[in-house]
Amino acid sequence: MEILVCIRRVPDTSENEIELNSAGNDIERDALVYSINEPDNYAVEEALQIVAKIGGSVTVATVGGEDDEEVLRREMAMGANHGVLIADEAFSGSDGRGIATILKAFVQKGHYDLILTGVQAEDGGAQIGGMLAAMLDYPFASLVNSIEVLEGQKLKISREIEGGNRELNEIDLPCVLSIQTGINEPRYVGMRGIRQVATVPIPTLSTTELGISANTVGESAAKVQRVDYFVPSPGNGAEILHGSREENIDKVLELVAAKGGLK
Amino acid sequence: MARIFAYIMHKGGIVDDSAFELAASARKIDAAASPTAILSGWGADLDSACNNLGASYSEIWKIANEDLSYPNAELVRKALQKVLPGNSIVLIAHEHFGIDLAPGLSVKMNSAFVSDVLDVAAVVGAELKVVRQEFGGQVSTHVRCDISSGAVLTIRPGAFRATETTAGRGIVVDKSGEVGSLAAGRRYLGTVVAEAGDVDITKYNVLVSIGRGIQEKDNVVIAQELADAMGAAVSCSRPVVDAKWMEKSRQVGSSGKTVKPKVYLACGISGAFQHLAGIKGSPYLIAINKNPKAPIFQVADVGIVDDILEFLPELTNKVREMRNAAAK
Repeated sequence: MEILVCIRRVPDTSENEIELNSAGNDIERDALVYSINEPDNYAVEEALQIVAKIGGSVTVATVGGEDDEEVLRREMAMGANHGVLIADEAFSGSDGRGIATILKAFVQKGHYDLILTGVQAEDGGAQIGGMLAAMLDYPFASLVNSIEVLEGQKLKISREIEGGNRELNEIDLPCVLSIQTGINEPRYVGMRGIRQVATVPIPTLSTTELGISANTVGESAAKVQRVDYFVPSPGNGAEILHGSREENIDKVLELVAAKGGLK
Repeated sequence: MARIFAYIMHKGGIVDDSAFELAASARKIDAAASPTAILSGWGADLDSACNNLGASYSEIWKIANEDLSYPNAELVRKALQKVLPGNSIVLIAHEHFGIDLAPGLSVKMNSAFVSDVLDVAAVVGAELKVVRQEFGGQVSTHVRCDISSGAVLTIRPGAFRATETTAGRGIVVDKSGEVGSLAAGRRYLGTVVAEAGDVDITKYNVLVSIGRGIQEKDNVVIAQELADAMGAAVSCSRPVVDAKWMEKSRQVGSSGKTVKPKVYLACGISGAFQHLAGIKGSPYLIAINKNPKAPIFQVADVGIVDDILEFLPELTNKVREMRNAAAK
């Protein structure tokens, strides 16, 4: 099975506190640690496991800039066979629809049976997979938390729905699935693995190679644009205890007891 | 202003709570709006859902189709494409069904798409300005959206206060005839109900709930020891289950359990809305997190900025001391 996984490099919120820059038009990016978007990493692992079972290859692609090569290499170190960087000045300011338009052009240059995305990025809208599928007229399912390959160009999948329940579906290939975290246990990638793929060439594709007309992507085509960032007012936020640890512990015990929690 | 539609989820003849929140969000987009509800389904359940909307919607479009007995988003999208006028503004709750349906619908309607909307800031001509969050709620953004050719918006559950529903009900308009038979490359097979698990976290008055801040599986025992000393249970947020440190049955949130304890100790939990959605009944919420900017502090009653791996063991010792003293 030929599998494409669309991935992104994002600020890692487990490593960073996200703060505004002084102008308020962006987050402070200077000191941020970036990494692969977490659900995307699960998607790559799932693709690798499918290929290990039934054969095929895994391609990882990202729409971005030079800095984004590092996540392509990281996923290639996990075992992805090919990495592709889709980069062009004309893509800057694209909304979700624009990104999906770019990916559609890329998909149509190749031949993929299955296209995976992560369910959502930390700064995204859980939208690219569903849009891409609609543009390609492929079936789509979101929040996928298991995949089983069936005979006859079909998959049996489950989706995460309310209350921890799972919705089972059969879906025809080719299709697009957005992958939920927890579907598998992504393998560890060591420095050694990353060094081994450090010199593998990664092709860069632009509007020219993909045959995208510049007026369908980028800022001018975007119907949706982020205007600014702001910090929500704390409202009736928590009363923060500023005592020593011992004082705080005493206070917590007092509160828990008062609320009927220590009987 | 274009006509506003809300796609309403329902089950067993009962409409989802989000139905009334969508109506409220429609009125925030256009105070004069008389939003139209769209319900799809089949049989008596669909009819009773249509009759349960009160007067929140002046008009209710009903799509009765046996293929839509189960809300398969791929089929619902095709049905909506047939009945929705161009340039419509379509509102859908931002949960598993909306995430499935909305992005593709916006492509097929050739309209703008914004997901997980928390508030409407302004509408100026064909420009709608809404509020979203990024990075798990650590920052908010204003997003500008050109609605001149319509829009599909998913609305965060709980973000808009449902307006009081007055008595009466809207006119039901049967749109079934416009749809015809439906087929899609994705077919619903059935639903697997979540396993019960070893501990029923919904039965406890106190929950010691852990998040990513617990850092590794071997540290879960720290929370368990505190819970044991307090007579509480350990619950957790999604990353703990994803990492296989605890069973799915311990997860609190929209994709896990809904709990109603008296006291909820959120330990190393950032406070994503999907997690908060599982905490009901307004428990006394104490948050311990070493990140002072963690969104959990916006909703907690009391907050402590500290490392749970150091704080919890000391708390456990204190509880044991108290218990021992009381036993003497």
